[in-house]
Amino acid sequence: MAPSKTSQPTQSNAVLSLWKAYNENTSTRLKSVDAFLVFLMLSGIAQFLYCILVTNYPFNAFLAGFASCVGQFVLTASLRAQVNPQNRSEFKEVSPERAFADFALGSIVLHFFVYNFLG
Amino acid sequence: MTATTAYQVPANLSPTTVANTSSLLRIVALALISGAAIASRLFAVINFESIIHEFDPWFNYRATKVLASEGFYAFWNWFDPTAWYPLGRVVGGTIYPGLMATSGVIYSALRAVHLPVDIRNICVLLAPGFSALTAWATYMFTKEMKDESAGLLAAAFIGIVPGYISRSVAGSYDNEAIAIFLLMFTFFAWIKAMKTGSAFFGTIAALFYFYMVAAWGGYAFITNMIPLHALALILMGRYSSRLYVGYSSWYAVGTLASMQVPFVGFQPVRTSEHMAALGVFGLLQIIAFAELVRSHVSSKQFQTLLFASVIGLGLLGTAAIVGLTYKGWIAPWTGRFYSLWDTGYAKKYIPIIASVSEHQPTAWPSFFMDLQFLIFLFPAGVILCFKQLRDEHVFVIIYAIVASYFAGVMVRLMLTLTPVVCVTAAIAFSTLLDTYLNPEEPEAIDEAPKPEASTSAVAPDTSSAPTKKQKKAAPPPAGSTLAELVTKAPGTSKRKTGVFGLDTRLLVVANAIGMLVFFVWHCTWVTSNAYSSPSVVLASSNPDGSQHIIDDFREAYYWLRQNTAEDAVVMSWWDYGYQIAGMADRPTLVDNNTWNNTHIATVGKAMSSSEEVAYPILRKHDVDYVLVIFGGLIGYSGDDINKFLWMVRIAQGVWPDEIQEPNYFTRTGEYRVDDQAPQTMKDSLMYKMSYYRFAELFGGNQPTDRVRGQQVPKTGPTLDYLDEAFTSENWIVRIYQVKKEDPLGRDLKTANAFEQGKKRKRTKPSPRRKAIA
Repeated sequence: MAPSKTSQPTQSNAVLSLWKAYNENTSTRLKSVDAFLVFLMLSGIAQFLYCILVTNYPFNAFLAGFASCVGQFVLTASLRAQVNPQNRSEFKEVSPERAFADFALGSIVLHFFVYNFLG
Repeated sequence: MTATTAYQVPANLSPTTVANTSSLLRIVALALISGAAIASRLFAVINFESIIHEFDPWFNYRATKVLASEGFYAFWNWFDPTAWYPLGRVVGGTIYPGLMATSGVIYSALRAVHLPVDIRNICVLLAPGFSALTAWATYMFTKEMKDESAGLLAAAFIGIVPGYISRSVAGSYDNEAIAIFLLMFTFFAWIKAMKTGSAFFGTIAALFYFYMVAAWGGYAFITNMIPLHALALILMGRYSSRLYVGYSSWYAVGTLASMQVPFVGFQPVRTSEHMAALGVFGLLQIIAFAELVRSHVSSKQFQTLLFASVIGLGLLGTAAIVGLTYKGWIAPWTGRFYSLWDTGYAKKYIPIIASVSEHQPTAWPSFFMDLQFLIFLFPAGVILCFKQLRDEHVFVIIYAIVASYFAGVMVRLMLTLTPVVCVTAAIAFSTLLDTYLNPEEPEAIDEAPKPEASTSAVAPDTSSAPTKKQKKAAPPPAGSTLAELVTKAPGTSKRKTGVFGLDTRLLVVANAIGMLVFFVWHCTWVTSNAYSSPSVVLASSNPDGSQHIIDDFREAYYWLRQNTAEDAVVMSWWDYGYQIAGMADRPTLVDNNTWNNTHIATVGKAMSSSEEVAYPILRKHDVDYVLVIFGGLIGYSGDDINKFLWMVRIAQGVWPDEIQEPNYFTRTGEYRVDDQAPQTMKDSLMYKMSYYRFAELFGGNQPTDRVRGQQVPKTGPTLDYLDEAFTSENWIVRIYQVKKEDPLGRDLKTANAFEQGKKRKRTKPSPRRKAIA
């Protein structure tokens, strides 16, 4: 999100109400998934900053680490979307158990390539 | 339920029987299609022998032999000092290893079960084997678009369509042999992932994408097709969490996987060709986040703000990519890519690409030749996709548009058009059959339809009808259990449109079957006549009609193999580099890899300049033998004289002062080899080597070049710096040995003159002699 400066008061209001709505409507499980997502995002940002500010020398290692974060992030986000009860109608063929199995398979494949690429 | 049927449908079948029978029929049909696909590709083996075809396959074969005999690591680290002499080539890092790895795995697997199959036979039969898999993948893909019956038709079409056979006959051991299967299967997995929102299929798509990247440079087609589809869906307002899951899992895993291939390396994050996929990935993340926020907040103001910030971020991302391109961090489009948009580009800037015949624009007749009646059904199928326009149909439509364009630009890309033509044609064809095989009659408007009960006439139809129209939205005939199966799809109770009577049905269906029969006929004819020639071995027919094999290439290559030193360097035009390396096992200056334009231009210069100029070039590159292809005697049109202008053009690109294309034409702008040929042409090494002693064959009669249809001079060219070493039976391959410097330090021309006892009076000027020494 990019809160613009012109409408600061309404903005913070809106963000607050968003935070409130989020806290009220989200189950604990999804919140823990979200916490993991935030962690992955921060880890990815840290690596990216390191790459820009310090060095990108073993570029493949950076890519592997960064792709690990991004890949894990989207796989987890996918899992979150699939198990979210609000999306039940969209994912008729994917049960929560199936979603977790998919997530596990995707992560294994992803980290196989990550490991191979670390060098 | 008053609907009447045009012919009787068996009423006492249980749904399970129908389902089981139809699935059995499907399996049998797929097995037969696979058999037909494999069998029709074996013409080359039956007419000739089990041999590797053409040019590139020879390199793949040679690499596979290294892989099979020395193991994967040796293959991975293989540096080939004999190619691109004296530069050498890092083979492991400059190839797509998927094809060789596939053959290597099959080879090892067969050996593990104690089936000692020759690696050559695996290579020869790989393409037909994978064509069966392609048929299956196309079936799966089309099934997602319409239903099983369309899938079977599509599988049958792709199994025998010449557009695909042209690149996958037995012996055509090239990357495309496995790539089309991977293409179709990746697309199938993508459609499935997008439809069901399953990360599993997304991962499968990524894995097959990885395989595709490892197998064929055309993977960029997938890299851009899938994002294009996703983008189109977003723009159509069809974003869904399923799309997010499918695309994200494919891209995140697939991109990382693609970077494992050394030849691709960091390209997926560094070149413009791959940026579309990255951009759509970023866009999807933003949209997904926005959707999440939206689900929690309903404030109108907030939502507009969100919308604005999504667009803002999208623009920012695009600007970032453009900025990075300017700064040089992301490489701009490559020349090969530009040549897809501007067909004149390659000819102007990269003649080496334009010189390849398969990079020429497609001629109209070849669409009919390669696709026959499918090309007529193709637009109909696309329109049918528009009629339903589910998410997956958007994919087919985009694919059809993009591939049609590319197929028009380059003959070679006909290959990517063929699958989508088969799919859409199958959709159109099966819709036709569905309509006319459906026993339902529409509601009569004025009078009751006459009950058709001529069971004897329709006996053959009834067996195929149930499988052909399972999902057709049709109201059930009263009381039949079969009908319950049919009503799976939500159909309205009455049909307003339809077909009356049996005669129309029979007429249309008979016509349709007629078209199919002609299609099979055409495919068989094209395959056996046009696409099954190995081009290493040529065939002609004797006066009595029997086949006469022209085996000059192998004759010459084996001569090289057996009569020359193992490190003797052979110079030829780059087309024959792989064959010389594969069959003669001798170092070559240039080959079909064409990675170093200057090196090729050097060869072009040597071929197109006079002996005196060419000789130092040859000596500097340690060339021992020069090989030319000459078709003038037997009428083989793919010879070096016909390719000569490309050599001149490529050389001119590097040495514009020394080589000029107009010098090789007559004053009237004709390309001639007879007495009117310009002096530059007559002096060129290529001309001399081609026609050296050619006139002697005709015993004083007027010698005729049968390819160009021109009369060449009775007194042929003379050679001072080269010796004729070998000429094959039909003169197709001529090999010349480069003479060493004269031991007495004379230049070779004068030395020759001295040997022949001619011109003894005209003494050599001594300063010149000193200069040479």
